[in-house]
Amino acid sequence: MTTNIDTPGTGAGPVLDIDRLKVTFATDAGDVYAVKDVSLEVNPGEVVAIVGESGSGKTVTAKTILGLLPETATSQGAVLINGNNVISVSEAKLREIRGRDVAMVFQEPSTALNPVYTVGWQIAEGIRAHAGSGGGKVSAKDAKVRAIEALRKVGIPDPETRVNYYPHQFSGGQKQRVVIAAALALNPGLIVADEPTTALDVTVQAEILELLRDLRDNYGTSIVLITHNMGVVADLADRVVVMYQGDVVEEAPARALFAQPKEDYTKKLLAAVPHLGRNSASAGMVERAHQGGKVLVEAKNLTIEYPGRLGSPAFKAVDGVSFTVSEGEVFGLVGESGSGKTTIGRAIAGLNRTTGGSLKVLGYEMLNYKERTFKPLRKEIGFVFQDPAASFNPQLTIGDCVAEPLIIHANPSAAEARKRVGELLESVQLPASYADRFPHELSGGQRQRASLARALILNPKLLIADEPTSALDVSVQAVVLELFKEIQQEFGFAALFISHDLAVVDMLSHWVGVLYKGKMVEQGLGNQVMGNPQHDYTRKLIASLPVPDPDEQARRREAFRAVLHS
Amino acid sequence: MTKTTVSGRKQPLMYRLPVISHFRTSVGLQRGMLVTGLVLTLAFLLTAAFAPLIAPYGFAQLSDAAGTFPAQQPPSPAHIWGTTVGGYDVFSRVIWGAQTAFVVIVVAVVMSIFLGVALGLLSGYFGGWLDRTLVVIADAIYAFPSLLLAIVMSIVISHGQSSFWGGIVACSIAISVVFVPQYFRVIRAETIRLKAEPYVESAKVVGASSARIMGRHIFKNATRTLPLIFTLNASEAILTLAGLGFLGFGIEPSSAAEWGFDLNKAIADASSGIWWTGVYPGTAIVLTVLGLTLVGESINDLNDPRLRGRKKAVAGKGGPDSTGAARTAPDTAAPEIEARLP
Repeated sequence: MTTNIDTPGTGAGPVLDIDRLKVTFATDAGDVYAVKDVSLEVNPGEVVAIVGESGSGKTVTAKTILGLLPETATSQGAVLINGNNVISVSEAKLREIRGRDVAMVFQEPSTALNPVYTVGWQIAEGIRAHAGSGGGKVSAKDAKVRAIEALRKVGIPDPETRVNYYPHQFSGGQKQRVVIAAALALNPGLIVADEPTTALDVTVQAEILELLRDLRDNYGTSIVLITHNMGVVADLADRVVVMYQGDVVEEAPARALFAQPKEDYTKKLLAAVPHLGRNSASAGMVERAHQGGKVLVEAKNLTIEYPGRLGSPAFKAVDGVSFTVSEGEVFGLVGESGSGKTTIGRAIAGLNRTTGGSLKVLGYEMLNYKERTFKPLRKEIGFVFQDPAASFNPQLTIGDCVAEPLIIHANPSAAEARKRVGELLESVQLPASYADRFPHELSGGQRQRASLARALILNPKLLIADEPTSALDVSVQAVVLELFKEIQQEFGFAALFISHDLAVVDMLSHWVGVLYKGKMVEQGLGNQVMGNPQHDYTRKLIASLPVPDPDEQARRREAFRAVLHS
Repeated sequence: MTKTTVSGRKQPLMYRLPVISHFRTSVGLQRGMLVTGLVLTLAFLLTAAFAPLIAPYGFAQLSDAAGTFPAQQPPSPAHIWGTTVGGYDVFSRVIWGAQTAFVVIVVAVVMSIFLGVALGLLSGYFGGWLDRTLVVIADAIYAFPSLLLAIVMSIVISHGQSSFWGGIVACSIAISVVFVPQYFRVIRAETIRLKAEPYVESAKVVGASSARIMGRHIFKNATRTLPLIFTLNASEAILTLAGLGFLGFGIEPSSAAEWGFDLNKAIADASSGIWWTGVYPGTAIVLTVLGLTLVGESINDLNDPRLRGRKKAVAGKGGPDSTGAARTAPDTAAPEIEARLP
């Protein structure tokens, strides 16, 4: 390892000292106070997590540390890194600090890397931007040697060859490793990681967290971890700063915070985090419920292929999957990205064509799908989309949007439609007056409830919910899930609940199917799949899920290592 | 403004109209450009509307009570911008020319906007062979120099000569042949993008017909860029009209006043020191096109939040109460937690 760079953070003082930081943004609607008054310190070798929901100012705080705020922002206070105040130093000085004293790991590794350069070049770029030991330029050859070194540090196998690879030749998790390698290249004393695992699957997330922990243990790097995921915090953080609407609500060592949260907001936040095994919908069940009723969806050996480009074979998104959903039953479909779960949901709604096997939806064979013949059945199927912001036409009011299915299928009078919309909005616990509002005037949770109202307005027999809460904050998610559960019991519809989050699926579903690379590897009662998984993949999936409790998470981490190495 | 957004009400219609809302969001240089453009455009529109009141003589008038107008007179009290070789009053013809230009813009843009938008929607939404055919045709039209195409159309429609309306319609059709593919392209691209939006899919899942999806969900969302294309096309229409007139395919001087035609007649004057016959119609073209282009470019910049300039935020001023609309979401989300969690 090259040691010609002075490693900051070995001294006694804090690596990072934020003192009464205020950040204001100029927007069309006037000034927005994103960060109101934040003070915090990060000591050498410490992992400090900043948690909060969207709009809490955590990302703005992180960006201020590197001086990455847009032109519309004005900041006050002090952000001291090794005695340099990032807010007031010159642009040239700031460039010197970035990379050498502090580096950043971004949320989305696939966009943080430039696709037209090799990863080695991108890592070397940071190294060559800073002067070498003698004050002169670093040669391309030296930079490459150091890039290989950095890749080795983050556990990329065969770094001598891989250094010449392009980003698309790596998997998502490996790309994030490369981004971390680039951040590490100059041995900064501090790494700011902004939601480093949010874009990754849970099994990959566990590996990246492991890597970050190793960095701290082996190289004494301090980490500022920005996240909304309490499980990740419990896994990695030494100290936790909870932010809410631009202010620090609570600051405590991780163990103390999870064991005895002091502030009400922290308590609520922790209570809202779904916890695998608690609050399971299938608790106490021993056999599959609702089997007496009609079978609404029946998939036999279902195969869905996407046509390949010229010369390359078709891609099998769903490969020989069989399952049934009966009347009144909630079927949970779990899987990581690329497992085919969304494709199945869309095929049932007629948005994707099936290519093989058999899929019967309300008795209609989807293999011979024709929009004209399927249309009458559409009123029996409701669909809740992932992103509530995008699934409403921005030009129509909530009332118009919710009434849309009713107007198409029942052609009611304006007064009837209005009355029905009012009823539905009230049953999803929104005031009926919200019918006159526009989608952008509602919060994320309110929009998703309106979306549920729209799906239910025709009293469908089957509801397909595709990741309905993954775009929501955790406290809002808890509310929406609770509502979903209540409404399902009240209306009695069957549901296909699709999610990547095991804990969320377990909260709602009676019967759970686990998808892996287009195949259904395991299905069974929720409590059995979660409590006693049979398939290796399910076991790995459950073991990799971080829980919001540092002590329990430490035990699970050991278990995960055991699963990985067995 | 902050108040209205927070209370969840829509802003009054007046403030949501394209140009007015743009004016309200602009600052600094961008506002300066927009205002200059608006002033020039407004001057053009007023001139066109009140041409009969402003112009001292008719566009084809060659004599008055005092007798026949002298030819090629320099500016004088009787003819403030002088007269042309044919004895027309330059000032009057420039003023009347605004009216002709305005009518041509309106007719050309209206003709192309309806056809272009409708074809764009159908082509983008249905795709397939219809889309491919229309795109090939649009590309083929693009491949022609637009002025050449306009000349061909003008000959086909009116055999090169005609009356006021005949000439205007010929010019407008010639111009709209060039414009339809532009509207078609823009709307088609937007439609293809919007087709994949979850709210369009959600309409499909609900069972809405194609006509309903296009009319209710795509159309309104796809037409937001139209004011921009409209202003830019309007300036292009003036240039094409002037070009046609200059080449002699425009409207006869006895049917209407037309800047391009007057410029053509001023070619010979330029070398003999008679500047007023060319400068005034030329300036009219430049200012009108400049005005419309400035409005269009400003709208373009103001539509894009990344290009739009803003007043700098005042640090430390105000308190939590003065927080703007961006706070609406967390504020309304907070009571949810209060209400629902134990």
